[in-house]
Amino acid sequence: PHAGPVESKNEAAMSELVPEARQKPVVPMKPMGINASLLGYIGIDTIIEQMRKKTMKTGFDFNIMVVGQSGLGKSTLVNTLFKSQVSRKSSGWNREEKIPKTVEIKAIGHVIEEGGVKMKLTVIDTPGFGDQINNENCWEPIEKYINEQYEKFLKEEVNIARKKRIPDTRVHCCLYFISPTGHSLRPLDLEFMKHLSKVVNIIPVIAKADTMTLEEKTEFKQRVRKELEVNGIEFYPQKEFDEDLEDKTENDKIRQESMPFAVVGSDKEYQVNGKRVLGRKTPWGIIEVENLNHCEFALLRDFVIRTHLQDLKEVTHNIHYETYRAKRLNDNGGLPPMTVETEENHESNL
Amino acid sequence: QNVGCRTLSLSAHVGFDSLPDQLIRKSIKHGFCFNILCIGETGIGKSALVSSLFNTNFEDSPSTHFLSNVRLRAQTFELQESNVLLKLTVVKTVGFGDQVNKADSYQPIVDYIDAQFEAYLEEELKIIRSLFSYHDTRIHVCLYFISPTGRSLKTIDLLTMRSLDSKVNIIPVIGKADSISKTELQEFKKKIMSELVSNGIRIYQFPTDDETVSEINTITNAYLPFAVVGSMEKVKIGDKMVRARQYPWGIVKVENENHCDTIKLRRMLCTNMEDLKEKTRAYYESYRRCRLEKLGCRDIGPENKPVSLQEVIEAKRREFCLEMEREEEEIKQRFVQRVNEKAAVLEEAEQQASMPVLTKSECLMLMHQEEELKLGEKKKLLEDEIAQFIEKKAITESIKSQVSVSTPVVSWKTQGLQKVSADA
Repeated sequence: PHAGPVESKNEAAMSELVPEARQKPVVPMKPMGINASLLGYIGIDTIIEQMRKKTMKTGFDFNIMVVGQSGLGKSTLVNTLFKSQVSRKSSGWNREEKIPKTVEIKAIGHVIEEGGVKMKLTVIDTPGFGDQINNENCWEPIEKYINEQYEKFLKEEVNIARKKRIPDTRVHCCLYFISPTGHSLRPLDLEFMKHLSKVVNIIPVIAKADTMTLEEKTEFKQRVRKELEVNGIEFYPQKEFDEDLEDKTENDKIRQESMPFAVVGSDKEYQVNGKRVLGRKTPWGIIEVENLNHCEFALLRDFVIRTHLQDLKEVTHNIHYETYRAKRLNDNGGLPPMTVETEENHESNL
Repeated sequence: QNVGCRTLSLSAHVGFDSLPDQLIRKSIKHGFCFNILCIGETGIGKSALVSSLFNTNFEDSPSTHFLSNVRLRAQTFELQESNVLLKLTVVKTVGFGDQVNKADSYQPIVDYIDAQFEAYLEEELKIIRSLFSYHDTRIHVCLYFISPTGRSLKTIDLLTMRSLDSKVNIIPVIGKADSISKTELQEFKKKIMSELVSNGIRIYQFPTDDETVSEINTITNAYLPFAVVGSMEKVKIGDKMVRARQYPWGIVKVENENHCDTIKLRRMLCTNMEDLKEKTRAYYESYRRCRLEKLGCRDIGPENKPVSLQEVIEAKRREFCLEMEREEEEIKQRFVQRVNEKAAVLEEAEQQASMPVLTKSECLMLMHQEEELKLGEKKKLLEDEIAQFIEKKAITESIKSQVSVSTPVVSWKTQGLQKVSADA
């Protein structure tokens, strides 16, 4: 295991279990063309520090959506990812509470801070997805919510007197939880991903992966990848958005080998080999969440948070949002704009 | 900003503190751009200063004094320092201050700045746009060169700066400052700053809100306007080649802060690039607001219902599209018409040209056919005659043979028959 910069005690403890994601080098791989060469130091490179200062001051927004049938451990996983109770677990449906008749969209925002970086994290939960008898079109409320956020942003952007920093509620990342049946994807999974992969970054995740052996896991992942390919579903990171060769090689490896990540989530700590680790205790052993030999949680965390967080936002802004905007401005022509409260023209957009 | 959001504490290291690094890495890949506008009289040292600021000789041909109006010349260069790639665009005025009547000198400059805003706005309003890869040409800083007269600002200086101070960050500099003595310089600077204030001209102040830089920025603000010296040539001093101007009485070193403020200007430009760009964005926003309001857009329409900008734009766009369609139809019709006319003309000509030929050959053929028929008929007649002749011959021959057979007498019956046959 390769240990990166040590930032806290917890870090030191876990770095021996989990190889730290190497801090990406700040230097781009290939030198770019120079027309006029500089002799002596000018100070242009101070712009990097200026940028860093500015972004630390303004902070970041990140909106993550979790979709999957109830009981697949969505809330636990999100809490494990962000090491805090960002998502309130629904501890099963109480006898008194009924399963929601339709898919509900619940967005909860929190502010978290680490290393001077402030992040407004919004977790969007979708209770009721896939839980009905008839699940036809259960992705529609989700697609509607996503488009509503694009619409909100567009409205702000199109104002005459507009804010310096438009609040970003767009969904940057959608974690789709696949049930670990070990066989193949369900029709519902394919339907959802087919519709939504065109409007949002989808990261498929195999939930509760502690029910599969290593061989079963590998086979299942291969089968899932194949099925997604056959159905023309492009999950994040999408091939067509690789910016350069460096991105492509890195992302190819993730697309073809690691994804979909088979994860296990937990918010309980246990003592293993003298260290406190997050895990699930079973009669046959303790499953360590951050142990790469046990599950791929650490890979998912590094991927989403430590290396591709900014890219998730950029793809959402530069591609998905632009696609929505272009369609909206083209289709609707002089029609009154869609308001968030009343969705008169929503059908025409979909 | 984060209304209604709880602040949560993290129980362990999550890792999103790498977010600024991720952002920086992407920005480096993408590259940076910076646009400088230099306004100053011909010969005041704009090219020399820019070359000295970036320690690179930007080749540019010197211009004459005899241009009839003010023009702007833009050049783009790519500079690299460690891993930062900078696309630097330098725009210089050409012919500024040379005209006899300078009343309109500032207009081309204002127009140029507005044109860059307009280009950006246009891109922003497109339906399919690529803002991410758009080369931003908006002017981030304007270096205004003041003549080293030692007295005060000229009227053209005041006019020009006033017309620009709401559109661009202005940093006034005193060009060719090596022609002023130190004491004169202090007085000159004071005079200029008080004139700017009394004329209500806003120049760029280096930001002082961030503690890390506020001290140095406040100090530097006091040096405005910067007394700059630039040089394209290098002079050997000791064992090094430095940018300098060599006079009989001494050498003015461009990079010596005791000799001039060029290095201060360079430092300030570099360390405040982001702030300059930020303020440019704010200028752009007010340009955009004015422009859209002029187009008749409102955020709140009549009856206080929010009117969307895109509605107005869409309405105009549809108008435009319909107009285009109408024109297209018209052109199509005209084209079809002309084609038909031409085709008819061509057809006629063809017919005329080919008719005699056809008729001639047709005639010949007809004649030929007629001849054939006639011959055929004649042949038939002849054949008939031949057939008749053969018949007659056959009959004659048969009569002859009958006569020779009937001579041996048989009885009164045959006589009778004979008689009958003779009669027959």
